[in-house]
Amino acid sequence: MAEQGTLSAAGLGASRASASEAWGPRPRRALSRRNIIIYGTLTVVALYYLLPLYVMIVTSLKGMPEIRMGNIFSPPMEITFEPWVKAWATACTGLNCEGLSRGFWNSVRITVPSVIISILIASVNGYALANWRFRGADIFFTILIVGAFIPYQVMIYPIVIILREMGLYGTLTGLVMVHTIFGMPILTLLFRNYFASVPEELFKAARVDGAGFWAIYFKIMLPMSLPIFVVAVILQITGIWNDFLFGVVYTKPDVYPMTVQLNNIVNSVQGVKEYNVNMAATLLTGLVPLIVYFISGKLFVRGIAAGAVKG
Amino acid sequence: MADTRNGRPSQVFRNLNSKVASIPMVLTASVVFVGGTIWTVIHSFTNSKLLPRLNFIGLDQYERLWNSNKWLISIENLFIYGVLSLIFSLVIGFMLAALLDQKIRFEDTFRTIFLYPFALSFIVTGLVWQWILNPDFGVQAVVRSLGWESFAFDPLYNQDIVIYGILIAGLWQGTGLVMCLMLAGLRGIDEDIWKASRVDGIPMWKTYLFIVIPMMRPVFVTTLVIIASGIVRVYDLVVAQTSGGPGIASEVPAKYVYDAMFLSQNLGQGFAASTMMLVTVLIVIVPWAYLEFGRRRHRG
Amino acid sequence: MSSVIVRDVSLNFGAVEVLKSLNLDVAEGEFIVLLGPSGCGKSTLLNCIAGLLDVSQGQIFIKGKNVTWEEPKDRGIGMVFQSYALYPQMTVEGNLSFGLKNAGLPKDEIAKRVARASEILQIEPLLQRKPAALSGGQRQRVAIGRALVRDVDVFLFDEPLSNLDAKLRSELRVEIKRLHQKLANTMIYVTHDQIEALTLADRIAVMKGGVIQQLDGPQEIYNRPVNRFVAGFIGSPGMNFLEGQVSRDGSPSFLVGDLRIPLDRYDFSVANAAGAAALGIRPEHVALDEAGAAMPFSLETVVEIVEPMGSDTLVWTTLGGHNFNFRAPSERTLRLRERITIGFDPARASLFDAATDVRL
Repeated sequence: MAEQGTLSAAGLGASRASASEAWGPRPRRALSRRNIIIYGTLTVVALYYLLPLYVMIVTSLKGMPEIRMGNIFSPPMEITFEPWVKAWATACTGLNCEGLSRGFWNSVRITVPSVIISILIASVNGYALANWRFRGADIFFTILIVGAFIPYQVMIYPIVIILREMGLYGTLTGLVMVHTIFGMPILTLLFRNYFASVPEELFKAARVDGAGFWAIYFKIMLPMSLPIFVVAVILQITGIWNDFLFGVVYTKPDVYPMTVQLNNIVNSVQGVKEYNVNMAATLLTGLVPLIVYFISGKLFVRGIAAGAVKG
Repeated sequence: MADTRNGRPSQVFRNLNSKVASIPMVLTASVVFVGGTIWTVIHSFTNSKLLPRLNFIGLDQYERLWNSNKWLISIENLFIYGVLSLIFSLVIGFMLAALLDQKIRFEDTFRTIFLYPFALSFIVTGLVWQWILNPDFGVQAVVRSLGWESFAFDPLYNQDIVIYGILIAGLWQGTGLVMCLMLAGLRGIDEDIWKASRVDGIPMWKTYLFIVIPMMRPVFVTTLVIIASGIVRVYDLVVAQTSGGPGIASEVPAKYVYDAMFLSQNLGQGFAASTMMLVTVLIVIVPWAYLEFGRRRHRG
Repeated sequence: MSSVIVRDVSLNFGAVEVLKSLNLDVAEGEFIVLLGPSGCGKSTLLNCIAGLLDVSQGQIFIKGKNVTWEEPKDRGIGMVFQSYALYPQMTVEGNLSFGLKNAGLPKDEIAKRVARASEILQIEPLLQRKPAALSGGQRQRVAIGRALVRDVDVFLFDEPLSNLDAKLRSELRVEIKRLHQKLANTMIYVTHDQIEALTLADRIAVMKGGVIQQLDGPQEIYNRPVNRFVAGFIGSPGMNFLEGQVSRDGSPSFLVGDLRIPLDRYDFSVANAAGAAALGIRPEHVALDEAGAAMPFSLETVVEIVEPMGSDTLVWTTLGGHNFNFRAPSERTLRLRERITIGFDPARASLFDAATDVRL
C-alpha cells in the first residue's frame, strides 16, 4: 500500500513539474516583496544600531591628525592603540591624570560587593515573602514596589543624611549600601515570584521532614534556583556598573566609579580635546556590560523580562 | 517558645526567622522610601540652604521654582522628550518586534543587535552620540564633505533642537527594551488566533491593529509605565551629552534637582523640585495602579 | 462527487517526515474523523487541508478545485479551533461578522448570516457579550458560528471539545452531530478521543506516524481493525492480546500456553495464515457463567482483580499465561479467587501476524 503511494507520488511529481497545475509547496521566491520589506527594514535598522559601536571602535584606533582630516565613518588608515593606552593610564580629568584605571578598579570594588550583598538580602527576603508570610509583610512589600517608581531625586538627600550619621558618606561602603537599597525592589520581586512558582508540596515536604527556615533556603531553594540567581547577577552587574547618579552623589573623587570618571575625562574643559582617547575611554567603560551582555545572551533577555514585571 | 502554656507561641516570635530576614526590606521601605519621601516633602516648605533646616516659609520655594526660567525649560524639555520618546519607542519597538515575529532567519542576531545599547550606560550612550553629532567631525561634516555644503544638523549646538539630539540617543539606547517586551507579548498570543484570522481572510495589518494589539493591552500598559518612570529620571544622558547646554537649553528636572542640592547649595529649591517630580510620577502611576488593582478586585 | 481530496500529500519539517504520501477522499456531506495519538500528524493534515501549512509534496482538491496553492480564505473552508481563538476584544457579533466585513459583503447579507448562525446555534442572547463573559461551551458555539457564517462547504474541526469538561463535551458532541445532520456539509474533525470519533464519524481515519492506518466506518474499525495498532487504540478498556501460534493441524486453531482456541469460525483475511500471531479479544465480547459456557470457546479461570466501574465491572484474570480482562455485569458479585467460567466467540476476535502486526 505504502509503497504504491510513494511510487505514484514520484510519478505525479514528475508529470506535474511540466504542468502548471499546483503541486507541492506554494512557490516562494527568496526575493519576494514580503521578504525584501522584512529583511530590508531589519538590516537598515540593525546598521543604524551598530553605527555608534562602529564609530567608537574606528575613532579609538585613529590618530588625532587623521580624525581632524577625515570622516568619522571611514576605517582607520593607520591603526594605533595609543589612545587606548592613554585612556587607561594617563588621561586627565580636572583633578588628576591617572586615566580610567582608577575608576575601573573603583567600579570593580563597588560592583562586586554590591551585587553579592544585594542579591543575598533580596533572595532571602523574596523567599520569606513567598514561603514564610507573616502579617504585615505584604504592606512593606507593596511600599517597596511602589517605591521603585519614586524618582531617586526625592530620596537622595535623606540618604546623604543617613550615611553621614553612620559615617559612611563618601565611602565605598556607603555606595554599596545605596545600591543594595535601590536594587531591593526589583530583586525582591524577582525572587519572590520565582520562589512562589516552586511547587508548594516541595516546601511542605521539607517542613514535614523537619527542615526550618534556613535549612530549606540553603538545601532546597538555593540549589533549585541557579538560573534566577544568574539573571539577578546579570541585572545587577550591568545596573550597578552603569550607574552614574549614585556614584557622583555618594562618593568622593578618589573613589569615583568608572562612569563618573569617564564623564569627567571626556567633558573636561581643560586641554585639547582628544576624541580618539575619549572614544577609547567610552568603549573601555562600556566593555564590561557589553561582555556580560554578549556572554549571557538569552538570560539577559530573561532578566529584562523579569525587570519588566516591576509593576 | 515564649509562651507555650496555652499551646500557642506568642505572636511576636512566630515565624521569627522570616521576620529577621525581612528586616532590610522593612527598613528600606519604611525608613528610606516612606521616611525619605516625607522628609523631602516637608523640607520643601523650608528655606534650607546649605544645610536642611526646619524653617518653614510656606510655598515660597515652589513660587520661586515656577518663576525660574531654568525649571520651566526643564519641564518643557521633559515634556517634549517624554511624549516623543514614548511614541517613538512604542511604535518602533512594536514594529521591530512584529518584524522579528515573522518566523525569520537570524532572529537572534537581529535581537542581539537591537538590544545591546540597552546594556550600555547613559553616560556611554551620551558620549558616543555627542561625538557622532559633533558638527565639525560627525554626521554634518560627513554630509557636507559629500558636496551638500549647506547641510546643517548640529542638534547639540542649537538651542532650538538640542532636546531632539538627546532624544535620538535616548531612543537608540531604549528601543531595544521595548522591542523585547513587545516580542514577549506577541509570543504570548495564541497561535490559533493567527490561524483563525487567516481562515477569515483578515489582512495581516488588520489582524495586528484590531486583534493582536488590543489583546496586548496589559503589555502596552506595563511598557508605558516602565518607559515613563525612566523618562522622569533622565539625568545621566543629558549630563554626558550636553551638560544641560547650550546655555540651559537642554536642562531636565532631575538635573535641576542635583544642581540645586549639590552645586548651588540651595537645598530648599532641590526639595521643591524633587517633590514636583514625585507629583509627576504620581500622575502617571496612580491611574495605572487604580486600573490594575481595580481590575483585580473586580476579578476576585 | 468528492468534496475534499488529499492526493499523495507529504510534509517534512526539516528531516522529520510528519505526513507520508497520504491519500484521502472525502465524499460530499461526509463526516470524517481523523483519530490518533498525539504526534500522529492528524492536526497537521487538517492544517494542510486548511492551507495553514504548506505541503511539501502532493495536492489538495476542495470541490474539484486544486487549492494546493490557495490562501485559506479562498478554499471555501471554515475552521474551529481547540482554544476557540475568539477575538477577545470583540463582541460575539463582532467575532461572527469580522471576517465577512473584510470580505466586503453587504451589511444586510452579514446581518442575515449572523442571524441565521446564531439561531442555529442558539446564541442569540449572547450576541452583545464579549468572549470573556461566556462559558467554555458558549465560546465553542461562537467559534462554530464563526465557521458557519462563512457559508462554506467544508468544516474543519481541530480538537474542538478537548478544552471542555466531560459533561459539556458530550453535550456539544450531540450538538455537532445535530448540526451535521441539519447542514449536511462536509466535516473533517480531528480528535484523540475515540468516543467522539465513534459517535460522530461516517468514516474514521486512524492515523499513526503520518500514515492513515485504516479508513473505515466506525463499526468496521471496531470489529475488524486492520492491524494491531488500530485494534489496541480503539476500545476502552483496551483489547486483550494473547501471543501464540496459529496451527493448521486439522481445523485451524490458535495455541496459547496449554490452550487450544478453535479458529474454524474465524473469517481469515489472509488465506492459509499460520505461525506466530496475536489473538485480540475485546473485554466486552467475553461472557460469564452459563452464557460463557455456551460460547464456542470457554474455560475455567480464577478472579484476580475486581474493578467496579458502575455500569459494569472489569475483572482481571489469567488466560494462557497472559493477563486478561473482561466486563462482567455489575449485578454479578465476584469475589477474589472465585473460580468462574468465561467464554467468547473467536469469530468476533481479531488475529494479527506477530511480525508485521497486520490482520490475518
